Amino acid sequence: MANVTMTINGKQVSGEVESRTLLVEFLRDQQRLTGTHVGCDTSQCGACVVHVNGDSAKSCTMLAVQADGADVTTIEGLANGDDLHPMQAAFRENHGLQCGFCTPGMIMSAIDLVKNNADPSETEIREWLEGNICRCTGYHNIVKSIKAGAEAMRG
Amino acid sequence: MYEFEYVKPGSLDAAKSAIAGAEDGKLMAGGMTLIPTLKQRLASPSDVVDLGGLGDLAGIRKDGDSIVIGAMTRHADVAASADVKAAIPALADLAEGIGDPQVRNRGTIGGSIANNDPAADYPAALVALGATVRTTKRELAAEDFFTGMFETALEDDEIITEVVFPTAEKAAYAKFPNPASRYAIVGVFVAKGSSGVKVAVTGAGPAVFRVPEMETALSGNFSADALKGISVSADDLNSDIHAGADYRAHLVGVMAQRAVKAAG
Ligand SMILES: Cc1cc2nc3c(=O)[nH]c(=O)nc-3n(C[C@H](O)[C@H](O)[C@H](O)COP(=O)(O)OP(=O)(O)OC[C@H]3O[C@@H](n4cnc5c(N)ncnc54)[C@H](O)[C@@H]3O)c2cc1C
Ligand code: FES
Ligand code: FES
Repeated sequence: MANVTMTINGKQVSGEVESRTLLVEFLRDQQRLTGTHVGCDTSQCGACVVHVNGDSAKSCTMLAVQADGADVTTIEGLANGDDLHPMQAAFRENHGLQCGFCTPGMIMSAIDLVKNNADPSETEIREWLEGNICRCTGYHNIVKSIKAGAEAMRG
Repeated sequence: MYEFEYVKPGSLDAAKSAIAGAEDGKLMAGGMTLIPTLKQRLASPSDVVDLGGLGDLAGIRKDGDSIVIGAMTRHADVAASADVKAAIPALADLAEGIGDPQVRNRGTIGGSIANNDPAADYPAALVALGATVRTTKRELAAEDFFTGMFETALEDDEIITEVVFPTAEKAAYAKFPNPASRYAIVGVFVAKGSSGVKVAVTGAGPAVFRVPEMETALSGNFSADALKGISVSADDLNSDIHAGADYRAHLVGVMAQRAVKAAG
């Protein structure tokens, strides 16, 4: 067992984990932050995407011990009280989800895109979503949401 | 995943002793291949030695006519590097085309070449550009480094430290990606450098290989037309649910022509 300490959504937390504990297991099972989903558990679907030190990462393909000392942001850390993050609001306004299972990963991935590219084109958005799979929407409204979210983030 | 002992050394020397001292140790870089392998219980190391604490192994620098990329440099950093884009744009393009953004945010060049997946992109670039792999024990020419399917010349306790890429006069990479994973069904890297023209193919066979007939044709006339009529044999190529050997053989010709066109 190892002790890990990390900052999650601005709050410092510690916990005992096995070496093999995945970051997503630490987030969901120990921290009860169940907004981060596990879709495939094989590094393909992106439902588990969180930010680690500012970059999007698949938390099913990271060990909790690798995130020791890191700054982690999950979907729960985006809103400011009742005020949704502009990207969350854009998904709601543009009907960017149906069942919602892929949505936390989509939003975390989208925010990382906008960090790298403030005004992404539709093609750039579609290319960026290579690692995020949605089984409901057909992506059309997700792409629309991200365009609108990027615009709102530019302010 | 079976439990293992996890260590994260703070120096290359400490990493060397940790891996040498482990009963059945495994190095970990980005973990993008290793963690899925552990999950499937295809590997069950006694110790995992995480290289994530070795900041010195990450980074890109210019050294004369070469670009030197540290083993722990992530694909995203190679793709975004102004130095790489200026000196060997084809290499930045290749890195940008690996997997997806989250794979590129964690996966490293050292992990990719140590793994030597037959469908990995980097091996084609190393062989075509005539790169040198530096390790904690020696320097190896790319062609001596990649020895077979998932096989390299690395010893169990040998750590890749950096890869040295000579710049090329012309270079380009063309890949026919698997539509789901983006791994290469066939990828061809063509480079014209100080040691002549090299054509390196990944994805098609058990490991990266060169096509001497294409190299000779391109040495005389560096144009896609020069490759017309040159075919590779399907005999030793891979066949799987994604593509048969004969289709892969055909794609080698098509991707080589596209790469030469892109190299200009
Ligand atoms: C969904 C998905 C899509 C992908 N698509 C592509 C693609 O399109 N093209 C492509 O090329 N790759 C692709 N990959 C693989 C990706 O590039 C991995 O990042 C890479 O193969 C392994 O790098 P890593 O840093 O994650 O290494 P790890 O997984 O940490 O390690 C891999 C192996 O290398 C060894 N190793 C790591 N570092 C060193 C070192 N410095 N010295 C010696 N040995 C070392 C480890 O012991 C291990 O055996 C994909 C992966 C995923 C999950
Ligand atoms: S659950 Fe992590 S990528 Fe699917
Ligand atoms: S909304 Fe259902 S998986 Fe995307």
